[in-house]
Amino acid sequence: MTGVLHLDHLRVTRGEITLVDLNLSVAPGTVLTIMGPSGSGKSTALSAILGTLARGFRQEGHITLDGQDITPLPPHLRRVGLLFQDDVLFPHMSVGTNLAFAIPPWIKGRMARKIMVDEALASAGLAGFAPRDPSTLSGGQRARVALMRTLLAQPCALLLDEPFSRLDTELRGQIRDFVFDRVRTAGLATVLVTHDREDALTAGGPVVTPLGQPVRP
Amino acid sequence: MTGDAMLRQAPRLTLILLTAPVLAGLAGTIVPAFRDDLAGFRNLVAAPGFKSGLWLSIQTGLASTAGALLITVLILAGLYGSRAFATIQHLLAPLLAVPHAAAALGLAFLISPSGWIARVFSPWATGWEAPPDLLILNDPAGLSLTLGLIAKEVPFLLLMAIAVLPQVDAPRRLLVAQSLGAGRVAGFVIGVLPSLYRQLRLPVYAVLAYSMTAVDMAMILGPTLPHTLSVQIALWMTEPTLTQQSTAAAAAVVQLLAVLGALGTWRMTEVVARRLTLHLAEAGLRLPWVDKPARALGAMLGLLLAGLLFLALAGMALWSVAGLWGFPHSLPESLSFKTWLRSAPALMESGGITLRIALWSTLMALIAVLACLEAEHRFGLVPGARALWILYLPLLMPQVAFLPGVQWVLLRGGADGTWGAVAASHVIFVLPYVFLSLAPAYRGWDGRVAVAGATLGAAPWRVFLYLRLPMLLRPVLTAFAVGMAVSIGQYLPTLLIGGGRIETLTTEAVALSSGGNRRLIGAYALLQMLLPALFFGLALLIPTLVYRNRRALRVSI
Repeated sequence: MTGVLHLDHLRVTRGEITLVDLNLSVAPGTVLTIMGPSGSGKSTALSAILGTLARGFRQEGHITLDGQDITPLPPHLRRVGLLFQDDVLFPHMSVGTNLAFAIPPWIKGRMARKIMVDEALASAGLAGFAPRDPSTLSGGQRARVALMRTLLAQPCALLLDEPFSRLDTELRGQIRDFVFDRVRTAGLATVLVTHDREDALTAGGPVVTPLGQPVRP
Repeated sequence: MTGDAMLRQAPRLTLILLTAPVLAGLAGTIVPAFRDDLAGFRNLVAAPGFKSGLWLSIQTGLASTAGALLITVLILAGLYGSRAFATIQHLLAPLLAVPHAAAALGLAFLISPSGWIARVFSPWATGWEAPPDLLILNDPAGLSLTLGLIAKEVPFLLLMAIAVLPQVDAPRRLLVAQSLGAGRVAGFVIGVLPSLYRQLRLPVYAVLAYSMTAVDMAMILGPTLPHTLSVQIALWMTEPTLTQQSTAAAAAVVQLLAVLGALGTWRMTEVVARRLTLHLAEAGLRLPWVDKPARALGAMLGLLLAGLLFLALAGMALWSVAGLWGFPHSLPESLSFKTWLRSAPALMESGGITLRIALWSTLMALIAVLACLEAEHRFGLVPGARALWILYLPLLMPQVAFLPGVQWVLLRGGADGTWGAVAASHVIFVLPYVFLSLAPAYRGWDGRVAVAGATLGAAPWRVFLYLRLPMLLRPVLTAFAVGMAVSIGQYLPTLLIGGGRIETLTTEAVALSSGGNRRLIGAYALLQMLLPALFFGLALLIPTLVYRNRRALRVSI
């Protein structure tokens, strides 16, 4: 499932301060990067798109995805996937159950769902990892499981919240390539939030501040 | 109403569930007291032992609360953060689960003239060949009752304080105070205690209200000529004559006023104490020489209390399997399971009904608490100080002052004397403890997991059922065990709402206490203590088994 993510005059304010002011579109398979120092409203922009803004924030404008206005929808119906700074794998589930949890409920049949899990693991170079405890995996393996889990939910757009910042330098480039490669293949409209220049350069798309000013990375 | 709208109302409904019976019960108790030209009050004043019973209640309540708080503060000030502190904490925590009646019965076995302590020192040190004719137990000044209350309340206050200390930034404050040259104890009293106490105030008030009005402990350990006022009220209430009922109602009003008065006095003392600590801080209190003796005293008192309770429980266990055990002997001359075998059917029956009531009341309370906490999380509700006071309301109001009213309402509805009504009445007392036990872990749960779940397309109920509950399995089961322990330990609600027809382990143990059959008392009290322990054991065991292959959820015991 692919579609354009359109931020239609999206403005988020808190009291007198404007934190987010974006009016742009993200085409399928491309990455929009939002850059800025911490506290500049990057995560607020993500929360607005996810639908998880806390009380005290005021939001104006619309967010449409594949032509549908998702602004009034609760987070779980927006079809917007998310990768955190940490992998946030569910610690009480095996790697396989973590992935199966994400598969949409309309895909029926134990066997069909199990095959999807196994295929996702194999394509990430993690064949046979399904019964493992997530906490026994390395950082790079966990990051890959987290991405596969996000993709299995069949989102229409993807948000990346500094997903590489906790990885060491060597792993960082490797996982970054892995993620961007998958995003392009899946044709997802993607928003990357980062303060890392190299992340923005590799993403290859436009780079803006949370207030919509273009940035040259 | 949709599910969401219902969930949103959960906190409000729960607060009504707690306040309505208490307030209606108070009204139902107070109104009859003023009927017939205050006949109840006139009878009460004329009743022998009324005044001294009232004084006993006030005296034992204040003394035991002050004693328990003092010992708690001493242990904290002298030992917080040390290895000895961890030991004391581990020894005292399980004792919280011991029902008041069981602890009181065990202590009675220990300190009575024919008890274990007297036996160990007889006849070689005391010269006693027969139990001496001393009024150690049920002493007229209420000293053994005060001791029992202190022993039971110190673990409660200490655990409540331990939960609060990290929030008030205690370790760093202590360090700062010490770097300014203050001793440990002085640093604690000036730097930590004021903020700690502010958060400990409601638990302390609950202890004060409980200590003044406890019926089961006072029946076992307290004076008999006269009884404490609360025991006297309970005795009047279970009498069928109408005169006694109105006297009981009048006495309940007096008891309520006494508790409110004591709480007010306590509050004023707090203000004075607060001024005093400020004054001491300005005067540059350092007192490094206090540290060593305070540390020693704190450790000694902590270990003494723990030792006393453990010996008390061991004594009960031993009595329940004792064969012949004549007076000066420290140990039984023979062991036998006769008591257990002979009373097995009765024990099974009381145990069964105890369990049934505890399971249902705890389940109801847990569902209400989960609904409240989930509503808080989902709708961003922030509970205020008033909600906390309401949560504590059933623990601050004397049970003897509102349960008769509740009983009266149930009597009209024809629902008294059923186990369901008893279970419903237990919910009022179980719910606050379940909430207090579960809320910190529930509120501290990593909210990103919920966001992760939602972005994977999981609806809120699915996040709750498959992510939150399983991840919080350990605290949920612990809260459940806490609820079970509270319900199993309830005496007065079971007696009054059950109309004397519902016999749980607790009511049976207390009823037996006036008789002399130590073997049977031992069996009942031991079972009463083992049931909550069983659920605490399960709360440790189940998560360990379920998550044996999940490293991130493993907790060292």
